[in-house]
Amino acid sequence: MTIAPTRQRLRGVVGESAPRADAPPKVKGEFLYGSDLSREGMLYGATLRSPHPHARIVAIDVAPARRMPGVRAVLTSDDLPTRDKFGLMRADQPVLATRVVRYVGEAVAIVAADDPEQARLAAKAIQVEYELLPAVTDVVAALQPDALKLHDPIDGNVIEDVRVVHGDIDALADVVVEGEYEVAMQDQAALGPEAGLAIPGQDGGVTLHIATQWLHEDLRQIAPCLGLPEEKVRLVLAGVGGAFGAREDVTLQIHVCLLALATKRAVRMTYGREESFYGHVHRHPARMWYRHGATRDGQLVFVRATIVLDGGAYASSTFAVVANAACFGAGPYRVPNALIHAVGAYTNNPPTGAMRGFGAVQSCFAYEAQMDKLAAALGMDPIELRARNALENGDRIVTDQPVEGSAPVADVIQRCAALPLPPQRSSADLLELPGGTGNLTHGEGVRRGVGFAVGMKNVCYSHAFDDFSTARVRVERDAQGAVARVHTAASEVGQGIALVCEQIARTELGVQRVIVETPDTTIGSAGSSSASRQTWMTGGAVLAACREVKAELVRRAGALGRSVDKVDLAELLSTPAERVVTHRHRPTEKRNDTTQNDGHVAFLFAAHRAVVDVDVDTGLVKVVQIATAQDVGKAINPLAVIGQLEGGIAQGLGLAVMEEVQLKDGAVRNASFTDYLLPTMLDMPPVVCDLIEFPHPDGPYGAKGVGEPPTISSTPAIVAAIRAATGRALERVPVRPDDIVFGASSRSGWRIVAGADPRHAIRA
Amino acid sequence: MRLKLQVNGGEREAEAQGHESLLTVLRERLGLWGSKNACEQGECGSCSVLMDGQLVCACLVLAGAAEGRDVRTVEDLADGEHLHPVQSAFVDAGAVQCGFCTPGFIVATAALLRDNPEPSDGEIREALSGNICRCTGYGKILEAVHRAAARGRSA
Repeated sequence: MTIAPTRQRLRGVVGESAPRADAPPKVKGEFLYGSDLSREGMLYGATLRSPHPHARIVAIDVAPARRMPGVRAVLTSDDLPTRDKFGLMRADQPVLATRVVRYVGEAVAIVAADDPEQARLAAKAIQVEYELLPAVTDVVAALQPDALKLHDPIDGNVIEDVRVVHGDIDALADVVVEGEYEVAMQDQAALGPEAGLAIPGQDGGVTLHIATQWLHEDLRQIAPCLGLPEEKVRLVLAGVGGAFGAREDVTLQIHVCLLALATKRAVRMTYGREESFYGHVHRHPARMWYRHGATRDGQLVFVRATIVLDGGAYASSTFAVVANAACFGAGPYRVPNALIHAVGAYTNNPPTGAMRGFGAVQSCFAYEAQMDKLAAALGMDPIELRARNALENGDRIVTDQPVEGSAPVADVIQRCAALPLPPQRSSADLLELPGGTGNLTHGEGVRRGVGFAVGMKNVCYSHAFDDFSTARVRVERDAQGAVARVHTAASEVGQGIALVCEQIARTELGVQRVIVETPDTTIGSAGSSSASRQTWMTGGAVLAACREVKAELVRRAGALGRSVDKVDLAELLSTPAERVVTHRHRPTEKRNDTTQNDGHVAFLFAAHRAVVDVDVDTGLVKVVQIATAQDVGKAINPLAVIGQLEGGIAQGLGLAVMEEVQLKDGAVRNASFTDYLLPTMLDMPPVVCDLIEFPHPDGPYGAKGVGEPPTISSTPAIVAAIRAATGRALERVPVRPDDIVFGASSRSGWRIVAGADPRHAIRA
Repeated sequence: MRLKLQVNGGEREAEAQGHESLLTVLRERLGLWGSKNACEQGECGSCSVLMDGQLVCACLVLAGAAEGRDVRTVEDLADGEHLHPVQSAFVDAGAVQCGFCTPGFIVATAALLRDNPEPSDGEIREALSGNICRCTGYGKILEAVHRAAARGRSA
């Protein structure tokens, strides 16, 4: 692929580590996030949530709340204009609970008041009479024929059921290993709380300033619930304080708009941290049963797996999470025979949905643990076993789809393994020891371990989804000369898509000044800032639009008898040159019964090596170093790519040893940053990166997505290192001190043969 | 109650309820939105400000307790378009992604370098361990602090 010729003087073109345009306002504290928005005379919203995991609503009395000072509106499901349910992939979640609540934290009523404290107290004053129902909180139990059905029309609590049937499912192998694995519930913990400002319009419509990952999908869900046509609902992206999947679903969007329409006043809603834990979906907890078979010389013969994902009370993106867990459930390896059965189910736990790497994160933890078990059973080096089975260009994954374009799996493995190891711990500095300045050890009982893992995932949306992005590129002149304006609806959530668009436009158009405009719904959809897809999709749309604008400039220059590269562009811009382009990736196939077809656009691969020091007496872990090699296609901005790698690894480290949304009878026990532990600067080790630039023919300049792979295989690499240091089996993440000291395990209590249907499980 | 505050070198008056934090008053009454509200219980450092020169979480300070104290927020650091060396180091090092934690890190880093102009990796990690970043994995933040320290030495 050739890059359009650029002028020498341009700074910040594709391939350079240009600084972000939004960084100066962010470091000055001037950048406004959703929770920083205000209007003169605005009201504040608050939400009353269910304290029960499953209950019938007998009666709601809002009169005490309505009588309170400053209260302007109190709404329940009786006040909803038309459609009363919403949902990302299935509209199954009530805007406000009607008749039944299905999880602790479900929204029951909303309030608008002059002051946030008045709104909060009024919500508390609403009287709700509940009749408690039995709660289903064990996801395997939810799947059994005798389970209480949580959504009447849906059979047996199954949200999605995906079987991958590949080759000979009865294949036999010389060496077989098996295991049961668990991934607990992780929180995205974006620092910016959910927030939005709704402003009613003269036309009976509403404008919503919102921190979200996908403006147009929000619009599709919001408008019908307000009883408004889409053109009367306008969305503008507010500053987004991180997302990581948690902003893919609607949270307060409909509520804040309903309150604004009911009061004819601007209304802002902001969740506090505790409410944020109840207000957004989390990563699906998973139970996984795996069996791997190989020849004595280490060739994989089969993978069989049963994967059960807890979807919680409402479906959200469970369909796609289950499909990913299944499709990538054997990892980036040549596996001639596979049977993978993944099921997602309703329970009365908090709803789960998108989080970075979804589906792929869960199964990678299991299959990489299996690869290590297999290496041990074969007496082989675990890295050698992985390299021997690595997918090559043209090999088929277990969905029978060939990997085309780029498949440097062996490269990511070998180049990661070749990165320098950290020195042995030399000093007695407490900061370098497990437990840190907690002063729990001075080195005695501390053992070092090294672990390795490889992961894979799709980029963009799969299985025949109509995935597209729209970009408007306009070149015009002002007093300073030519300026390019790029407008898309792509959510800048911190990942850097605005910078990608800016660098592409500068490179293609040869214009130094590029302004990326605020995303909103006045332009067509850009799709979601998820699935590592925005560089590929919106980057691709901007690239295509720029090339059309450039062609127009070439024509204009030609009409003057000039070459476009030798003319001051401003001379060509007596009228602006503008194009709007909708960009689609190549079509993918709908999933069939055995999941054997071309369901995905392309694949991303990464490898991680972790070095840990473990205090085997206290069970505390200090991660010493993470090395990673990742196949990025082309680094549009290397500094930003490394930022994605390091940030994603931090979240993988969190899942490995720190982060868990702890549930008891469906209720979150640790809904705060005091009790939900996030990696700090003391927890996060140095990261050594090797970016592998093997261009994919379909991505802009060959770029693939980069956001998710860092989160996928970093977790199993860290756990493998802890196993190496301790000899413990560690079949669950996060690894807790008890797991290390006592070898505690957390079996599901269910016996399932790997590959079998989990609807016929036997209590162990 | 009516509060008289010294904020960023100027006298400010604001109405506040007895239970309200300095953070709420800075943001909602004085329109100083740079101090952020991520956890509101002193765990994440995104509301870091200086009070009489001491680094504090504004969410843990009752607004009334800030009366008569010299409060400095992130908005006090830049001189118009001219960034403070800590701010320009964060921009250049790629230490900013979503940026929600950034103002808190900027204030905490400025306080660190005031007290310790040449901190080691370990000293930086310890000093900034009260600030949570969910985007960057901290690598570029560590680099930014070193850059800012180097600029301080050459200044």
